Amino acid sequence: MSNMNTWDQFWYYLAHNGSYVLSQFTRHFLISIYGVLIAAIIGIPIGIFIARKRRLSDAVIGVANVIQTIPSLAMLSIIMLGLGLGVNTVIVTVFLYSLLPIVKNTYTGMASVDKTILDSGKGMGMTSWQILYMVELPLSLSVIMAGIRNALVVAIGITAIGAFVGAGGLGDIIVRGTNATNGGAIILAGALPTALMAIISDLVLGFVQRRLEPRA
Amino acid sequence: MTEEQPILVFKDVEKVYRGGNVAVEHVNLTIHKGDFVCLIGTSGSGKTTTMRMINRMLEPTGGEILYNGADIHKANPVELRRHIGYVIQNIGLMPHMTIYENITLVPKLLKWPEEKRREKAEELIKLVELPEDFLDRYPSELSGGQQQRIGVIRALAANQDLILMDEPFGALDPITRESLQELVKNLQEKLGKTVVFVTHDMDEALKLATQIVVMDGGHMIQNATPEELLRHPANQFVENLIGEDRLIQARADVTTVAQIMLKNPVSITPGRSLGDAIRLMRKRRVDTLLVTDDDGYLKGFIDIESLDNNYKRATSVSDIMNTRIFSVVSDTLLRDTVDRILKRGLKYVPVVNHQGQLQGIVTRAALVDMVYDTIWGDSDDETSEHHPDDAAIKENSNAAMAEKLTNPVGTKATDPDTSNDKEV
Repeated sequence: MSNMNTWDQFWYYLAHNGSYVLSQFTRHFLISIYGVLIAAIIGIPIGIFIARKRRLSDAVIGVANVIQTIPSLAMLSIIMLGLGLGVNTVIVTVFLYSLLPIVKNTYTGMASVDKTILDSGKGMGMTSWQILYMVELPLSLSVIMAGIRNALVVAIGITAIGAFVGAGGLGDIIVRGTNATNGGAIILAGALPTALMAIISDLVLGFVQRRLEPRA
Repeated sequence: MTEEQPILVFKDVEKVYRGGNVAVEHVNLTIHKGDFVCLIGTSGSGKTTTMRMINRMLEPTGGEILYNGADIHKANPVELRRHIGYVIQNIGLMPHMTIYENITLVPKLLKWPEEKRREKAEELIKLVELPEDFLDRYPSELSGGQQQRIGVIRALAANQDLILMDEPFGALDPITRESLQELVKNLQEKLGKTVVFVTHDMDEALKLATQIVVMDGGHMIQNATPEELLRHPANQFVENLIGEDRLIQARADVTTVAQIMLKNPVSITPGRSLGDAIRLMRKRRVDTLLVTDDDGYLKGFIDIESLDNNYKRATSVSDIMNTRIFSVVSDTLLRDTVDRILKRGLKYVPVVNHQGQLQGIVTRAALVDMVYDTIWGDSDDETSEHHPDDAAIKENSNAAMAEKLTNPVGTKATDPDTSNDKEV
């Protein structure tokens, strides 16, 4: 082993622990996705709601902003106090960090829909529900998608730290590498897939976002 | 004649915002089927507010609005709006829907079957002279004028009888605007739709409307047909809104024959001799005499030609009188008379009252004044523009000028003893 350089060691590690890396990769990805998904399920309605009640928007976005400023390790630790070690703590943390981009982008997307279009929709006899799902959401979908994309990239980073509270994921491999002597290759085996996951997620969601862009 | 139920009635409608801000009050308005009503006024006059209360985009705070006899306040606003077309200034096409989807949006809300929607869309797009393949395009691929054409037919897609238009052509260039105005007017007349049209452009209102409602400061100032509005502006505000230029230009449209006719035509009674007739012609330098009876009823005319031909055989005016004479009643609009004179090639038209008594005569020379006025009237006015009764001044100078011009039957104004022609 010691006669190999780090790069060769990296490939060696992957070849011998491929399924382990893959299972951590999947786990890592799912933790991030769950957190973002829950944030979307809760955050998009909040965004729609504050777009309707503009007076609440400052307060809600302010709170989400405060959450965002807390360092992720500190947040993990605080939530761990409540939820204990394990994957749930990480999912909740990811959820909290994803709220701001999703709520904010939903709000921005909804608020930027041309008022005259809403007026003509209402004047033609659309119910407010129809205006929401036939006009407002289609027109703000790409902006909302940009928020989700943002949130997912951040989430993948936070999930990597989640290894410290025993959630597993690619962070686990990185921690393993830092604990081993000359563990550079192992660190790479955790870090490179993490980076790759973030980049690919960004590209894919970027593509989806552009597809959803309304014609203008 | 049975009175059809008005499609829309405003009964003392008012809209007062919280804090006592009055948007409109005391609006009483009746709109019949097939009317084209223009609400006109400056910004803040309440015209848009009035219109938006019809489809309950705004709720009145007092009074009631009846649509087809039913109080709209008791109707479901969503249902109501689906039966009232709505066209706004910024067009408001859904950018993420194709033209087809945009046109058939309300039919879709009303759950029409797909084939019926497609059929309707194809029918409508032909109506506005756009190619059928536009249906698959998106609004952003169309020009502003084309988009507003779509906006207009979208308001017709569910066979709405009443269409509300809020300054629909305000953002278009003048040429596009004009073609759309014609389109809307044609569609409205062809399909018998009722239109409530908000505008601040008096030209547009005069061109399109059958009824113009002038609003100012939340009040209805005047509710009249375009002709009435031009002829009798209710007050200074309406006059200003119409504008000096249009008042003058519109005069040909609203002037009656009586206003420009020469009031002392040369006439003779049937009982007189041909000698009297030829003397009268010579004295007044005319070639034609109108024949009236002793009570002034128009009977016919004699001209120098027939007089010359029959001088030996006939003795009195009645023998050679031509009774096939064309006359107009004094309160007909000049506009129509002009057409007749020009089309029939008449040199003059006698003017009678409703009983048939001779009142005066309109000659080609008098028409020259009207045309002169329309073409040069503006520059003539520059000196007198500040007089409030400018129109009256012009009227007088007109008459004076008219009499100086020679004409076949008319009189010379300088001749002092022309007042009693019949007794010559």
